[in-house]
Amino acid sequence: MMIWNMLPSVLMIVAPILITAIGGMISEKSGVVNIALEGLMMIGAMSAAAAHVLMEGSGMNHTLSLILAMVIGTVIGGLFSLLHAVAAINLNADQTISGTGINLLASGVTIFASQILFNADRTREFRMGMQTDALGFYPTAYIALVVVLLSWFVLYKLPFGMHLRACGEHPGAAESVGINVKRIRYIAVLASGMLAGLAGGCVVLTQTIQYTSNTINGRGFIALAAVSFGRWRPAGVAGAALLFGTAQAFAIIANNIPALRVLPTEVFNILPYVVTLIALVLFSGKNYAPAAAGKPYEKGAS
Amino acid sequence: MHEYAIEMRGITKTFPGVIANDKVNLSVKNQEIHALLGENGAGKSTLMSILFGAYSADSGTILINGEEVEIKNPNVATALGIGMVHQHFKLVQNYTVTENIVLGMEPRRGQILDLKKARSEVASLSARYGLAVDPDAKIEDISVSQQQRVEILKTLYRSAKIIIFDEPTAVLTPQEIDELIEIIIKLKDEGKTIVLITHKLREIKAVADRCTVLRRGKYIGTVEVADVSEGDLAEMMVGRAVRFEIDKPDQQPGDVVLKLENVSVKDHLGLEKVSNLTLDVHSGEVVGIAGVDGNGQSELLGAITGLLPLSGGEIYINDRPIGNLTIRERIEAGLGYTPEDRRRYGLVADFTIAENAVLKNYYHPRYTGRFGILNDQAMHDEAETLIEQFDIRAGEGSHTKAGSLSGGNQQKVIVAREISLRPKVLIVAQPTRGLDVGAIEYIRKRIIEERSRGQAILLVSFELDEIMNLCDRIATISKGTIVAVNRSDEVTERDIGMMMAGSRMKESV
Amino acid sequence: MKKKDAWIQSDGAVSVLVVLLGFLVGTILVALVGKNPLNMYKAILQALSGYNIDNGKMNVRYIGETLNYSVPFILCGLSMGFANRVGLFNIGGEGQYIMGMTVAQIIALLGPQIPVLHWLLALLGAMLIGAVWGGVVGILKAKYEVSEVVSTIMLNYVALYLSRIICLQLPGATTYRTASYPETALITNVFFQKITKNSLLNNGIFFMILAVVAFWFIMEKTSLGYGMRATGFNKEAARASGIPVVRSISISMAISGIFAGLAGGIIALGSFKYGRVIAGMDNYGFDGIAVALVGNSTALGTTLAGLLFGLLKNAQALMQAKQIPKEITFIIQGLIVIFIALRSALRIYKEYLDKRRLQKEVGL
Repeated sequence: MMIWNMLPSVLMIVAPILITAIGGMISEKSGVVNIALEGLMMIGAMSAAAAHVLMEGSGMNHTLSLILAMVIGTVIGGLFSLLHAVAAINLNADQTISGTGINLLASGVTIFASQILFNADRTREFRMGMQTDALGFYPTAYIALVVVLLSWFVLYKLPFGMHLRACGEHPGAAESVGINVKRIRYIAVLASGMLAGLAGGCVVLTQTIQYTSNTINGRGFIALAAVSFGRWRPAGVAGAALLFGTAQAFAIIANNIPALRVLPTEVFNILPYVVTLIALVLFSGKNYAPAAAGKPYEKGAS
Repeated sequence: MHEYAIEMRGITKTFPGVIANDKVNLSVKNQEIHALLGENGAGKSTLMSILFGAYSADSGTILINGEEVEIKNPNVATALGIGMVHQHFKLVQNYTVTENIVLGMEPRRGQILDLKKARSEVASLSARYGLAVDPDAKIEDISVSQQQRVEILKTLYRSAKIIIFDEPTAVLTPQEIDELIEIIIKLKDEGKTIVLITHKLREIKAVADRCTVLRRGKYIGTVEVADVSEGDLAEMMVGRAVRFEIDKPDQQPGDVVLKLENVSVKDHLGLEKVSNLTLDVHSGEVVGIAGVDGNGQSELLGAITGLLPLSGGEIYINDRPIGNLTIRERIEAGLGYTPEDRRRYGLVADFTIAENAVLKNYYHPRYTGRFGILNDQAMHDEAETLIEQFDIRAGEGSHTKAGSLSGGNQQKVIVAREISLRPKVLIVAQPTRGLDVGAIEYIRKRIIEERSRGQAILLVSFELDEIMNLCDRIATISKGTIVAVNRSDEVTERDIGMMMAGSRMKESV
Repeated sequence: MKKKDAWIQSDGAVSVLVVLLGFLVGTILVALVGKNPLNMYKAILQALSGYNIDNGKMNVRYIGETLNYSVPFILCGLSMGFANRVGLFNIGGEGQYIMGMTVAQIIALLGPQIPVLHWLLALLGAMLIGAVWGGVVGILKAKYEVSEVVSTIMLNYVALYLSRIICLQLPGATTYRTASYPETALITNVFFQKITKNSLLNNGIFFMILAVVAFWFIMEKTSLGYGMRATGFNKEAARASGIPVVRSISISMAISGIFAGLAGGIIALGSFKYGRVIAGMDNYGFDGIAVALVGNSTALGTTLAGLLFGLLKNAQALMQAKQIPKEITFIIQGLIVIFIALRSALRIYKEYLDKRRLQKEVGL
């Protein structure tokens, strides 16, 4: 009975990680490693928070404001991911460096924008974020479920998905049968940016009341670990996100268990990161990565 | 139907630092088998890649059946009926045969993939042309010649009328080469036009009608194959008379230096690739391992050098077991090795020749003083000596970055380094792969010279004529075991070919 | 043609170009949001030279502060740079820094109060824990193929919370600080204080200089460095040649951690007179990434880049006072890193130039 009570809280935390991880999976499956997920989540979160509080203040219908805010977070996340796409796909940049650059850029841009818009190093607090439904779940849980199912369908049931996976395994083979590798990779990176932006919006609208530099706090990297731990398959990634999200939700869960309430909060703060680390060591799935992930594709290479 | 299926006129294509095709012409008649001959780097693959739409020519025109066309990408080429069987297969390893064949042209039910229909289409295609494959097998699980059949089926699935084969026989046994030649002739009978890119003179004589020769990016000429000899073709290819044989003085081999005893090796996935292999190499002799790629040679070399662990048996250098030694310890014990993939395992491209020269012994007192401080001067002196002794062409001498050297000079650096270390046994793998004829001659001459000096040499090569030429004894490997060991003067290429395929033969040694 | 080629190839030129581009975009951004970019440059000038262009006054303290700020940037840049040369992407400098800071604080509060020995032990302890925190990553990568990109991030957060847990147990701890250090634990330098009008410039700068020299020496002049460079350029050829790759990777990550840990220790004992119970990251570790990339992972380049970043940080408060959000510096840094990633774009441009030259030769 108690576990069922905790499920909504756990799912609230799992959902954004899962959505981001699916995006990261899609990008890597097409051959582009996107470690900028953290920064893209930040951008999405800040945009959504700012949009919502401004629309709320103007008297707009609450639900409409939330939906619009999420859309804005998604779109702006997608726009920023284009930077990484151009760098990695057109200019053959080192994907790790370009991703790191975007993370740094995002940490600056989000607070910079807050300073300009709200004269503070955080967005203004909004009055009300997302509400849970009759069962106690946030809409984000359903969104995450849809994202997982949709990704599975597209990747394994549609020709587009088959082409995308080929681009990540053997771009030369894909190119030789007329598949436009660059175009598909662009779409994949854009999808990962949009999903990360969406997930950022989910975080800020369900778990807090404003965007600060601590809002995302490594969730993007946990999502990245979930991709690897989940062996680049939708079901596996979902399972990994569930595991890591549960670890993160432990601070909340622990509150319900008297015995654990004694421990300092920091112990629970550490948990998700330690769990992720142990998971990576025990189940390092390097062999399952898409064969051509991370390598820039040069036309004519075999 | 037009007389000429393909006409390429004045094709020019440049890449950074090199003119790959310099106003090249090619005319292929309908329903003929046309060979495209040239050394490594002559421009054959580039020309065909342009025909197939992988590259765009900088200038020149292409006519298909008399009509001028612009081939911007492989889709256009495919629509024109041009198909390519690549040298390095373009197959997705973890997709099935069916998925690879239909990729990009998948049958659908509405929007959704219809892989069942794909499978039956592949099965009927395979039956029609006599190209047996298992539609559900994954590419990573099937043999090389089966993979090649998948490549061929890809072109046939797309109704190709012109099929280009890029160096198709490099990875096949003599028997499989015969099978492929039969397939090619059958395709011609079915009305296809075939272009065969190759540097194997014997195959050209066996199957081609006409042959166009390229040299260093330039068009040399086109001949009727029946009217010329292999020697003529070689001369056109290289630009001078070519000596095929090398003088190998008779000599008596000395004591056993390298002994492989019941060696078994598993690959990275845990599959046993070498089973109970026994072989020895004496000083002053060249022992060759003949076999088609994928029969355990890479794994065997990995186990000898230390890159892979031994899963059974033992290896001895001068009676000293080395199976448990680290790679460095084996080098210290007298193991020399020129790897088959020179760029990946033999050299550090960003290091200078000097730094590469000491890659295996930089920590010796000669190059590293007290407190671990490097002696740059000693490294450069050594490199300069090697450059002179081995006639290495390097723009900035010992300061040249290895990555900027030509393939032949890179190989010379590696060979020079290994020989100068005075190993007890020298292992050379694919020593002349990808080199121009001049470098090939030099390397082979050097190998014989070292043999005369009493060096024990183990040669692994996929080129049978190289093995026959250089080796005193030949061990044929098939599926991870030695089928037989024969003296090179007591066995023919045909015999070895049969042994590669697994049939046993009387041993002479 | 040849001279132009050489210029494009020069990594130093690329770095300068990239920095200028970053500033250019930053300037445009500041202007776009309605602030005066000139104020940004005035702040930077003042941070660099101490000269306030608005009122013509000179304050040497700013020079001292710029130098002092560059110390952790340079050290964290060396940290990232050293690992980078061996082919690793060590973004765990932040965690190694935090652990170094924590251990220095512990020894400062609990260690023997003997002059010189006290702070020396504290700094050595910081370096040691940095070596461990970095070495772990190296071993995980070399033996278990765990991507250092993710493992270092995880260890950063572990370090953050671990530091809190530990420091909350130190003498006199409140939610944000501990008791004050004994005099013997500080690394303040009275001479520096006098000539820079009480800036925080301290003995740490000597350690930093030693670190820079050590970086260069180890990497370029020793057989250990040779093996590391070979591993960084071509791991497989290095391994096939007998170079102990696992050992090289682990040692390089440990050394990398030493630099970052030292940075943490210097900040702990030089910029503060008491231990801190941190609530967030100082970000020197992350900034070190940009420093190393701009400095092209060389000793000299990293030093110059670190000075630049120190300058920018010092200018932040001045910028804020002139209504320019200090986050503009993060944006500039992020842009610089992205532009560095595009270094390969320059190579593509060069290839394009080569191709056109060849085409002319062939007579097209």
